[in-house]
Amino acid sequence: MTFDLVEPRPRLFSKALGGSSLPVLTLVLAIVVIWYLAAIWLNAPFIRSTNPGLSLPDLVRATWSAERPVVPAPHQVLVELWKTVVETKVTSKRSLLYHSWVTLSSSLLGFLLGSLLGIVLAVSILHVRSLEKSLLPWIIASQTIPILAIAPIIIVALGSMGFVGLVPKSIISAYLCFFPVAIGMVKGLNSPDPMQLDLMRTYNATRAQTFWKLRWPSAVPFLFASLKVAIAISLVGAIVGELPTGAQAGLGARLLAGSYYGQTVQIWAALFAAAALAAAMVATIAAAERLALRRMGVKP
Amino acid sequence: MRSTFTSPIRDLGFLSVAVGIRAELDHLISSSTTYGKAKIKERGEGALRPKTLSPLQKSEAPRKRPNVVEAENLSLTFAADDGPVYALSEVSLTVEDGDFVSFIGPSGCGKTTLLRIIADLEKPSSGRISVNGLTPEQARLARHYGYVFQAPALYPWRTVERNVRLPLEIMGYSRREQGERAASNIALVNLKGFENKFPWQLSGGMQQRASIARALCFDPKLLLMDEPFGALDEIVRDSLNLQLLRLWRDTGKTVLFVTHSIPEAVFLSTRVVVMTPRPGRIIDVIDCNFPSGRTLDFRDTKEFLDIAHRVRDGLRAGHSYDF
Repeated sequence: MTFDLVEPRPRLFSKALGGSSLPVLTLVLAIVVIWYLAAIWLNAPFIRSTNPGLSLPDLVRATWSAERPVVPAPHQVLVELWKTVVETKVTSKRSLLYHSWVTLSSSLLGFLLGSLLGIVLAVSILHVRSLEKSLLPWIIASQTIPILAIAPIIIVALGSMGFVGLVPKSIISAYLCFFPVAIGMVKGLNSPDPMQLDLMRTYNATRAQTFWKLRWPSAVPFLFASLKVAIAISLVGAIVGELPTGAQAGLGARLLAGSYYGQTVQIWAALFAAAALAAAMVATIAAAERLALRRMGVKP
Repeated sequence: MRSTFTSPIRDLGFLSVAVGIRAELDHLISSSTTYGKAKIKERGEGALRPKTLSPLQKSEAPRKRPNVVEAENLSLTFAADDGPVYALSEVSLTVEDGDFVSFIGPSGCGKTTLLRIIADLEKPSSGRISVNGLTPEQARLARHYGYVFQAPALYPWRTVERNVRLPLEIMGYSRREQGERAASNIALVNLKGFENKFPWQLSGGMQQRASIARALCFDPKLLLMDEPFGALDEIVRDSLNLQLLRLWRDTGKTVLFVTHSIPEAVFLSTRVVVMTPRPGRIIDVIDCNFPSGRTLDFRDTKEFLDIAHRVRDGLRAGHSYDF
């Protein structure tokens, strides 16, 4: 009997350079073009009302360089990002990096708390069958309440107990991100097929052994899928948590301040920072997933 | 038993320590010298090893071997939406130590159910059953049997070696002994060199062999096999049949083997139990004490074909109830 060697698939890196880079670049280019056109279309009315009689090239130039545009042009957002990320000291209140870090730290803490809570809930539901009927409806109900409604309540309640800053925001993050982890892990811990469970039974394995040697490894792919969702919404939770506090610091504060003063460029820059942050966090989880699954011998 | 472990092939320790069996072997040897002699000569050198005698001994010596499985009027009824399903009805059966018993019958005849009751994976609705003199639950808790499922059921995140180690880890063997037992059982099923492969890197036949090594590695006396080769092609199945026969002869284990295949059942077994469905019950039990050194060519002999024919007749008789 021979062993058929499986050829290693091309790595992600070389794939990106090879086949898929052209379509990706084309798409980015298309988005940028549409964005510039949209900036003309949406900014032209107010520019024309203040400066009637501009020639078309001047009008276009004006729509792409207005100080408080309805939609800023891409290059304006890039310039703002450059100024607030690179040219401003990290310690300054004007630095987007500083605000990103404030949001990131509470979002990471919330992600950690929420994921732990989600796992603990899933394990309890697995081991105490009655909890599935009694607890799961509450878990689902908790997510039907708009986070915007409940965030100020949590901030105020915790504030009166002396918790301000990082912790209340993390709790709002955790409130959002425990949900996908709990649901995913209930599914994952129940994913071993009956034969694999019977096998453990024939060995007279304890519940703990069945959990650690069968259920937990089976749940790992589900865990990572849930964590990717959770880490992205933990950022949303942290940003929303920054809105009702009067917004001293954080990306949420930048968004709020930007909308107070009509600084659309600042809002867009903050949005881009948030998006980049979320992408980086999801990519980190994806990298950990690849590492874990490779160690678990998953077919590449 | 753990400490005396050397290699499964030579490990007859668990048999020879039992005083009753020692006596039985003595009896066997003396009886061979009288009327069993001619047959022993036929089978050549290997016949002098005590364990190779045991398949033949049944017809030659009075029944002295302990009963591994005793079932009496065993029934199992499942409640279904459209009325009860009689999976097993009034099944009585005795399996002796060292037997290779095949259960054959069409789907739904309760052969797998019977195996699962013996393994304490199902509870009978009525009747009495003992496994090694214990209830199935006690036998399971004491880890008296190894179970090979229809599918290999290897854990995909474990290599072959770590899959074979799994029961040993659970049963608390020392790391050193885990390694030794895994290595010798992997060698026993001819998977040497594949220890560090993951299941998806192996063919179906190799996966099933790994699962057999996993069932054998803690050296249970009783091996329960539920259509282990059902999903494999005939060529692989033939070669695994030969390997299984050799393994059974060398280790002296009691094997209960569920199958759909008449040639497989007749070729491997000391007894073939023919079952029929609706309700699942035993319709015939056929003794077939074939020479232990048989090869695949044996399936062309008249002896073999006669028994295969009787099995087929039994299956046909069972089916006639449907018409």
